[in-house]
Amino acid sequence: MKYIDEFRDGATAQRVAAQVREEARTDRRYDLMEFCGGHTHAIYRYGVQDLLPENVRMIHGPGCPVCVLPIGRLDMALALAHHDGVTLCTYGDMLRVPGSQGKSLLKARSEGADVRMVYSCADALKLAQTLPQRQVVFFAVGFETTTPPTAVAILSARAKELGNFTVLCNHVLTPSAIANILDSPEVRELGTVPIDGFLGPAHVSVIIGSQPYEFFAEEYQKPVVISGFEPLDVMQSILMLIRQLNGGRAEVENQYTRAVSRHGNLKAKQLVAEVFELRREFEWRGLGTVPYSALRIKDDFCGFDAEQRFALDYAPTKERNGCECGAILRGVMQPTDCRLFGTVCTPETPMGSCMVSSEGACAAHYVYGRYQDRAASA
Amino acid sequence: MCLAIPARVCRLLDDARAVIEIDGVQQEISLELVEDVEVGDYVIVHVGYALGRLEPAEAEKTLQMLRQMGSLAPSSGAA
Ligand code: SF4
Repeated sequence: MKYIDEFRDGATAQRVAAQVREEARTDRRYDLMEFCGGHTHAIYRYGVQDLLPENVRMIHGPGCPVCVLPIGRLDMALALAHHDGVTLCTYGDMLRVPGSQGKSLLKARSEGADVRMVYSCADALKLAQTLPQRQVVFFAVGFETTTPPTAVAILSARAKELGNFTVLCNHVLTPSAIANILDSPEVRELGTVPIDGFLGPAHVSVIIGSQPYEFFAEEYQKPVVISGFEPLDVMQSILMLIRQLNGGRAEVENQYTRAVSRHGNLKAKQLVAEVFELRREFEWRGLGTVPYSALRIKDDFCGFDAEQRFALDYAPTKERNGCECGAILRGVMQPTDCRLFGTVCTPETPMGSCMVSSEGACAAHYVYGRYQDRAASA
Repeated sequence: MCLAIPARVCRLLDDARAVIEIDGVQQEISLELVEDVEVGDYVIVHVGYALGRLEPAEAEKTLQMLRQMGSLAPSSGAA
């Protein structure tokens, strides 16, 4: 496919790798966090880590919306799914995450709840039009890439005066999560998670631009490179980070110039601002409560807010016994550090969210990484 | 689930909708988040919406830079 295949070319990847080896200094380490699960997936799938010298290490960040949704929010959706007359729609990965009782939305469906997987929130909206006797709830998760589509769906539900469409909003914000990681004791005081720089997700920046990262590149003196998701994009971005670190710079650079600008998509941002406002705080799996890190539906649109329509309350719950998703999402642990990894917990029988989504670190490591471990220990 | 993919716009439809082609498969998407898209443009598609436009000239520049690597001095990189 055009604009995909060229950026997966193996021979070119070898050349970029050679350039990285040439420029990475041998007298220091480069600990780089890829925030986004899409990058985690690409790094595993294409063996990017194997192309890097030993002192350049990728740390997997919490940027997978399925992984960071706290169990308590999923419990809200599970409760809703069992409401009389409710049809609950959501993106595929969300269906398989176990809630606090060990039950997933898929399980709820097998017990008779009307739970449906949709590819787009527009499909949920259509469903509301075709099922006027049902209350259709869209269980919305995602970072800045999925938020504008949800905004469009709410605006068109209002234009169509749909009384049976609501959204359970869990949209979260990338820059505030990165700032939270940089403020965490592991990074700031203990130094157990050294982070020298960040790969920022390009598709988020198609919407928000590169500008939101400028503040903390400066404030925390950490370089950020907005990176595409193909292996060559990732390799080039790693090289750009190494160059910044070698030059003592901490700037925001844009590798994905083919679709990212400094200010992003103004129209999309404006639609989001019309429908959503900041939540004062939001709990993240792994990161805990993060101030101003998520969005809620504005009061003007309260008729489309499932939390209001169904008077839902959030109750925090504990992680399941033995699951280390929290530590993995903070970069403190590797998947193999979890004693359930690959035994009790596999992609077929996930115990935690990091094993559900293909963008979760545990799932990526299970699918692509175990063989490398085995090869290394053999 | 945050992955978006570049796709070519094949046909414009009513109501800010369009048909795109990914890997030979045609699919309908919404153009409500972008402006002035024309047939032949490449857009970045995610959950049924075009999130933004892809600039072919910039993609070409990035590829040029990548292909020159390993053969030039360190200062010649991306910016
Ligand atoms: S391996 Fe499973 S149980 Fe362990 S941290 Fe990952 S998702 Fe949780």
